[in-house]
Amino acid sequence: MIKSLHARHHQLADQQRQREILENGIFREGRLPKFERKIAEAGHPALMPGELEIVQVNVGYMCNQVCKHCHVDAGPDRQEIMSRETMELCLNALAKNKIRTLDITGGAPEMNPHFRWFVEEAHRIGVSEIIVRSNLTIIVANPRYHDLPAFFKKHGVRVCSSLPFYNAGKTDRQRGEGVFADSIRALNMLNDVGYGRPGSGLVLDLVYNPVGAFLPGDQRQLERDFKLELKSHFDIDFNNLFTITNIPISRFLDFLLESGNYDDYMEKLVNAFNPAAVPGVMCRNTISIDWLGNLYDCDFNQMLGLGIDARVKGHVRDFDSVELKSRKITVSQHCFACTAGAGSSCQGATA
Amino acid sequence: MEHHYYNPEDLKKFGSIAEWEGNLAKKFFDWYGDVFKEGDLTAREKSLIALAVAHTVQCPYCIDAYTQDSLEKGATEKAMMEAIHVAAAIRGGASLVHGVMMMNKAKKLSM
Repeated sequence: MIKSLHARHHQLADQQRQREILENGIFREGRLPKFERKIAEAGHPALMPGELEIVQVNVGYMCNQVCKHCHVDAGPDRQEIMSRETMELCLNALAKNKIRTLDITGGAPEMNPHFRWFVEEAHRIGVSEIIVRSNLTIIVANPRYHDLPAFFKKHGVRVCSSLPFYNAGKTDRQRGEGVFADSIRALNMLNDVGYGRPGSGLVLDLVYNPVGAFLPGDQRQLERDFKLELKSHFDIDFNNLFTITNIPISRFLDFLLESGNYDDYMEKLVNAFNPAAVPGVMCRNTISIDWLGNLYDCDFNQMLGLGIDARVKGHVRDFDSVELKSRKITVSQHCFACTAGAGSSCQGATA
Repeated sequence: MEHHYYNPEDLKKFGSIAEWEGNLAKKFFDWYGDVFKEGDLTAREKSLIALAVAHTVQCPYCIDAYTQDSLEKGATEKAMMEAIHVAAAIRGGASLVHGVMMMNKAKKLSM
């Protein structure tokens, strides 16, 4: 298993270095326009939020996998884990601000020792929708996780899982040797308790992202292919397939630079800029919270250390959805990934 | 003339052919766009056909474009290679099947 950039003391483990790369090079030379200019031309002098619907809480960067494209740089060697006290602050913020959706991510969020308590409490206080972004393999990684499908079911969790392809070759190249086989086992276990099965009311969504420096294809057609292949080979059912464009930060940025694809990929994102995708970008209806309780416009900005507008209070203890609505969303060149083609978000295509 | 016939940057300038004949270019690009829309064939199947034809006409621009397009459409690498074998088989078969013509002629000429 490869180590995280963090453990290797890689230059891209430094958020400042990543931000410099995104601000300089082809963008500084003027060969490509910056994101701010591009959205201004599309009629958005600043990117402003709409109604806040989702709070995405990153409960820690620890993970049992080390995927080659991971924007979090997650892995077993990461020690950043959200405390129970910070989770309590998140729950207070959800209740006080009447947030509809809690979206729990990581790392592998299930590895946080307070994860189950957090889900139980969110369910108890009546959060309408609880999404857990599960990497699937955690369910079969250790016997103590085998009951996760039943736990998710008990608390009405919507499960959202990454599966970049419906065969082992591409999946394992991105996510590690044996990941596809383990993912299939975990999907079977989720199906066994009803997830994804027609009429069960238990929602299981899959997330597709390209295994390389290219854009995702049409979400509807890929969903059709995935359903056909997974059903016929493994009797797996799921609800929706969400296509996500790889964001040029962290380990995917490392891949782009090492493989000599960076300039071409950024050009591709810029050329595929779709003004119709701008209103649906997820930073307009989501707030991201890191393991220390700091607020960000999205999980990607969190990983780049791009803080929320300094004019609003930036910690979950002061979470105020009314004040947050006045903020200006922080952008950089990685944002082109969310506006390329059919658009991209944690809920899939946006245009 | 440049020092080489093909430049990857030129692929991005394909649309510039409209500069010297806009009407025909528009007709071509509109038709081209419609051709690749999903019909009875899926967009992925059309992309694989394009990839095979690209190898038959040996167009570097088309190979570049449809390798990427096939990956985006979710084709496996195996499917992409199978498509090229189809193109190669037709090319090879097209030569060989003319062997019958050669045989017909040779038999007619020979005692």
